[in-house]
Amino acid sequence: MKSGITILSVVVFASVPLWLRDPYLMNALITTGIFVIGAMSLNLLLGFTGQLSLGHIAFFGIGAYVSALTSLGFDVGLPFGLRIVHTPWPPIAGFVLAIAIAGLCGYLVGLLSFRVRGAYFVIVTISFAEVVRLVALNWVELTQGPLALTNIPSMTIGLPGLGELTLRTKLQNYYLVLSVALVTYLLISRLVHSHFGRAMRGLMENETLAVSVGIDVTKTLTLAAVISAGIAGAAGSLYAHYIRIIDPEVFAFINTVTMVIMVITGGKGSLAGPVVGGMIFGLLPVFLRPIMAPEAQWIAYGGVLIVILFVLPRGIVPSLAQRFAKRPGRAEKAAPVAFSERGVKEHA
Amino acid sequence: MSEFLQHLINMLVLGGTYALLGIGLTLIFGIMNVVNFTHGVLYTFGAYIMFIVVHQLGINFFLALPLAVVAGWLLGAVIELTLLRPLRGSDIDTTMLVMIGAWIAMQSGTLWIWGGVAKSVTTPFPEAPLVLGPVSVSWLRLFVLAAAALLIVVTYFLINRTKLGCAMRATFQDQDTASLMGVNVDLIYTSTFAIGSSLAAAAGALLGPVYVIFPQMGDLAAVKAFAIVILGGLGNITGAVIGGFILALAEELGAGYVSSGYRDAMGFLIIIAVLIFKPTGLFARSERVG
Repeated sequence: MKSGITILSVVVFASVPLWLRDPYLMNALITTGIFVIGAMSLNLLLGFTGQLSLGHIAFFGIGAYVSALTSLGFDVGLPFGLRIVHTPWPPIAGFVLAIAIAGLCGYLVGLLSFRVRGAYFVIVTISFAEVVRLVALNWVELTQGPLALTNIPSMTIGLPGLGELTLRTKLQNYYLVLSVALVTYLLISRLVHSHFGRAMRGLMENETLAVSVGIDVTKTLTLAAVISAGIAGAAGSLYAHYIRIIDPEVFAFINTVTMVIMVITGGKGSLAGPVVGGMIFGLLPVFLRPIMAPEAQWIAYGGVLIVILFVLPRGIVPSLAQRFAKRPGRAEKAAPVAFSERGVKEHA
Repeated sequence: MSEFLQHLINMLVLGGTYALLGIGLTLIFGIMNVVNFTHGVLYTFGAYIMFIVVHQLGINFFLALPLAVVAGWLLGAVIELTLLRPLRGSDIDTTMLVMIGAWIAMQSGTLWIWGGVAKSVTTPFPEAPLVLGPVSVSWLRLFVLAAAALLIVVTYFLINRTKLGCAMRATFQDQDTASLMGVNVDLIYTSTFAIGSSLAAAAGALLGPVYVIFPQMGDLAAVKAFAIVILGGLGNITGAVIGGFILALAEELGAGYVSSGYRDAMGFLIIIAVLIFKPTGLFARSERVG
């Protein structure tokens, strides 16, 4: 049943451009898709290891800046008379570098904060995002500061036998984002069901027990942080080449909160959760815009986050899955509930 | 040298309010095990109370500070009673996320009510600064330092010399035993959160007139308060006071001798240094909470 729903969703998403012609809505869908990728990466940490990255937008923004700078080129002076001159590379190189450098930052943040448990990771990530924002704002020679990086080239992909294709239209970008989102979904799905995924969940459920069966806590958490940051970097790169202008505002805390709300509402620790939550909160502003001021919307989002935590603490997708699971005959296939138990059994 | 002395004076003024922020946050974390993300909003709230009292109600500047403390106390109590009490016993992540939701809703609320334009508060102090040899300091900043020092001392006595403070320390050490000894733990939780919130509001009311008042001012304050609390050790009040002054010193020296653009990055550098060299905070061995 579960893979059926997945395939059906892919077909529905793939057919959207056939019946949706409104460019405004297409634009909203593309940016929503990019944020869904970000939310999926956040869910890998929050939902499967229990670590809340409250500076997740830093990895996203680093990806955006790395990708933009790689494809734009730069010329900066460093201390001790050093000078780095970079001539523009194709955007796809920027995409790869964005993943690598965002992942590296995830490694450093993880290395630092997983030495101690508890709230430290949250606080380190939140201040990390703040510092990255300050760097983007103040290192004008590299980032143009508040003047923003403009004229970022559109994403170009090389097709075997067909030459290069530059993705300029909304339609092309829609399919690009959809493919990256699908790859991300499958990647996280494989990861979660692997040995590593069970180690992550084992840690979240009972750290002492997990350690006693030989799981290396710091290594597992750090690896999860690297992968999560890398995916967020990929989303940032897509964002930079689609919007084609980025400024330090991309690091705004509110963007991290958006992702957190998407994950919590959809259901942390479920694969489809961030997709469902992301679609809701990505498209909600489109429909609320005519009737509510942005500030009022944000009051509502904060309220929704609180209400969801009180009423549906596990989020929409796991709650629905549980409801279906209660029906006779379907109990075996119902996903997230059963799968945590299966993980434990396989381990034991 | 005179430049350095000037930085030290500024550090004292800034450090006093940072200490207030840090004490509030560390109290709440130490006793309730809640990572309080509304702390920054309470700071903003205190500053706006200052603005309203002085400019919209036309009441005396000096009366505004106690009013901000009371308003912060009340708002803190409301947050505790409505959001945290029903979640008593749930894990730290859930309360943290609820506090994030409250933060976003309340911050957007301030933006909605007062708009995004920065406001400034006129003060009754003379424009001319007090000149002491090579350094000068404005009368307003001196008042801020004195008021912050007074509040720190009051908090210290409240926790170490009163019955309520004794009950708070007991709850911090062992909640169940405290409860058996007749301590009303629910009341302690509400009081702790209200006191912590009133200190944040006081810090905002004090620093608001020094700078300008705008809805997002609390975000940075919250990040700084976290740095202070990590520096001093989670739950350690003396550590929070010293941490506040260390952060202020780092910011002043960093802004003065490195780059003013990175003033606000000092908190993060401090967090990194602490996590590398002494992850439990600088004063972990000393007795916690008073």
